[in-house]
Amino acid sequence: MTIEAIEQRLSEIFRDVLDRNTLILARETTAADIEEWDSLAHISLLVAIEKEFDIKLTLDEVEQLRNVGDMFDLIQRKAS
Amino acid sequence: MITRLSYPFDAHYLLRMKKAIRRELISRTDLMEKRVAILGGSTTAEIKDMLELFLLKDGIKPVFYESGYNRYYEEVLFSGAELKQFAPEIIYIHTSNVNITRYPSVLERAEDIDGIVAGEVNRFRKIWDRIAAEYSCPIIQNNFELPHYRGLGNLDAYDVHGHTRFIAELNRCFSEEARQRHNLHLNDINYLSAWFGLERWYDKCAWYSYKYAMSIEAIPLLAHSVATIVRAILGQAKKCLVLDLDNTLWGGIIGDDGVNGIRIGKETPEAEAYTEFQQYVKGLKERGINLAICSKNDEANAREGFTHPDSILALEDFSVFRANWEPKHENIREIAQLLNIGIDSLVFADDNPAERDLIRFQEPRVAVPEMGNNVAKYIDVIDKSGLFETIVLSHDDLQRSTFYIDNAVRRDNQSHFENYDDFLHSLDMVAEIKPIVPVYLDRVAQLTNKTNQFNVTTRRYTPAELKAVAEDSCYITLFGRLKDRFGDNGLVSVMVGVIQGLELYLDLWLMSCRVLQRGMEAAMLDQLVVEAQGRGLKSIIGYYYPSARNVLVSGLFEEMGFKNLTKKEDYSSVWMLDISTAYTNKNLFIEVNK
Repeated sequence: MTIEAIEQRLSEIFRDVLDRNTLILARETTAADIEEWDSLAHISLLVAIEKEFDIKLTLDEVEQLRNVGDMFDLIQRKAS
Repeated sequence: MITRLSYPFDAHYLLRMKKAIRRELISRTDLMEKRVAILGGSTTAEIKDMLELFLLKDGIKPVFYESGYNRYYEEVLFSGAELKQFAPEIIYIHTSNVNITRYPSVLERAEDIDGIVAGEVNRFRKIWDRIAAEYSCPIIQNNFELPHYRGLGNLDAYDVHGHTRFIAELNRCFSEEARQRHNLHLNDINYLSAWFGLERWYDKCAWYSYKYAMSIEAIPLLAHSVATIVRAILGQAKKCLVLDLDNTLWGGIIGDDGVNGIRIGKETPEAEAYTEFQQYVKGLKERGINLAICSKNDEANAREGFTHPDSILALEDFSVFRANWEPKHENIREIAQLLNIGIDSLVFADDNPAERDLIRFQEPRVAVPEMGNNVAKYIDVIDKSGLFETIVLSHDDLQRSTFYIDNAVRRDNQSHFENYDDFLHSLDMVAEIKPIVPVYLDRVAQLTNKTNQFNVTTRRYTPAELKAVAEDSCYITLFGRLKDRFGDNGLVSVMVGVIQGLELYLDLWLMSCRVLQRGMEAAMLDQLVVEAQGRGLKSIIGYYYPSARNVLVSGLFEEMGFKNLTKKEDYSSVWMLDISTAYTNKNLFIEVNK
């Protein structure tokens, strides 16, 4: 999967889950930057990511996620 | 988007798009508010969100209360101020096997294990008792899913120390309790999790990380099940299954293949599948669901299909039979009229996607399960959709489809009489109109929740509230049952009035539409006057509160001789009937309490 494809699909997940159609993500974006990104939405994001990219995240991996960039790298590493 | 919430739904789509779906659903204006308390033994946030979507889809706008995490027991029994203030109309207790406090250990003596079962069940009995006493509202209670692992392997299922066996015992006790308590309704997560697959149901990551007792992807299925029970409690279950014929009830085209060419019976796999579907449909009929045919066919050909020796269904199983070449939505409207039920209590089953779309478009209030055209899947889709969910199998339900068939005969008869009065006399109607007694509480509550047309106040009651009112000497209550020469219509009318001074204030006056224009409302009023005069009352005060569906009774009080006291801008009105002087009975056609 190309980097652009991952970026685009991850953005769409964020827009759908947070119901923000015009949302633009940056690598540094964290939950503190987006009002709708609360703990419940965070779980929904992870569930949607697992489904979209057909991957399963471990407890450890979930705990390491600090920002959008971490998510992006993790997906790139796991989704072959 | 609403169709995305019908079974079979895509759980991941719903989880991902829930905010947009909610935005669309909540914009509807005809929603009925209900206060629902969710008391959780594990995290319930996502469950609440999904439950909201499924309830909104059915026209119910929930206002939620969520207990603190794993505080389902404490908030009911000890610190319930907030819950009390919330005044729940329905309480859902979301517990699962993570909430079992003690399992038997292998060191336990066999004779002590029953006590451990009782200990677990007693904790819940205390909750249910307290809710019945304090809130008198319906409870939806999960039973238990099978354990995640089996310490004793297969022996776990039958050794008295086995956890699998222990959970089966708890579920047996829960079932027994639910049979005894009329306000306790089980949400069978034991079945749901098995159907979903225990391997997918359990997600230990979701438990360790967020304290969800089940996988997130199973939550829509759970919430759908809870919403289905809520709908049944509110009396919104469907009443009639409208069926297509060719490639729906049998394989092949009866008009082309003839009765000997259609596939039904045991001869081929396809025929067997249609046979099992007919058996399923027959089962629905036996528990009180009406069946109707709506088929594009020559009527004679269509009827011939049921003369096939292997046909499970027979012509007399159908309350209405419409086989012609008219558009199906027109036939469906007629079916609803003939049965005298709302179009929103119909379910339409057809293998043809174009016909399904037509009905969805023309009559959006008809439920149209996406059953596909693979006969092996028909039962799954209709069964799991929960459209015919019920909270109790009442005697009336078991007889209901006969009522409606009788109704069709009655209507036919009507045309043979010179005038309507002659027809009414010919019916030999006999009514029982008496104060509400305990055996009818469930049926009466069901009526208060699902009767919308002949209902002057649209006041809803739970069985527990009714019980309190029936036992209170400040109230006068009446139920009415009506029989005629075609059969028993069952319990069809209810009145509740509260006494203040020398006046009786009518809180409720409703009647089932299956006995409209039979003079039953006059018989009810006559009996109410007898009761009120017996207590020395001087007048009866009636209220009409307009709703979206009760315009039928906007002129009722006037017809019954009440005087108008006030009319308000919202078209509600107050009426008075003077009963201090002689009262002339209004009922002319029904023999009462003989």
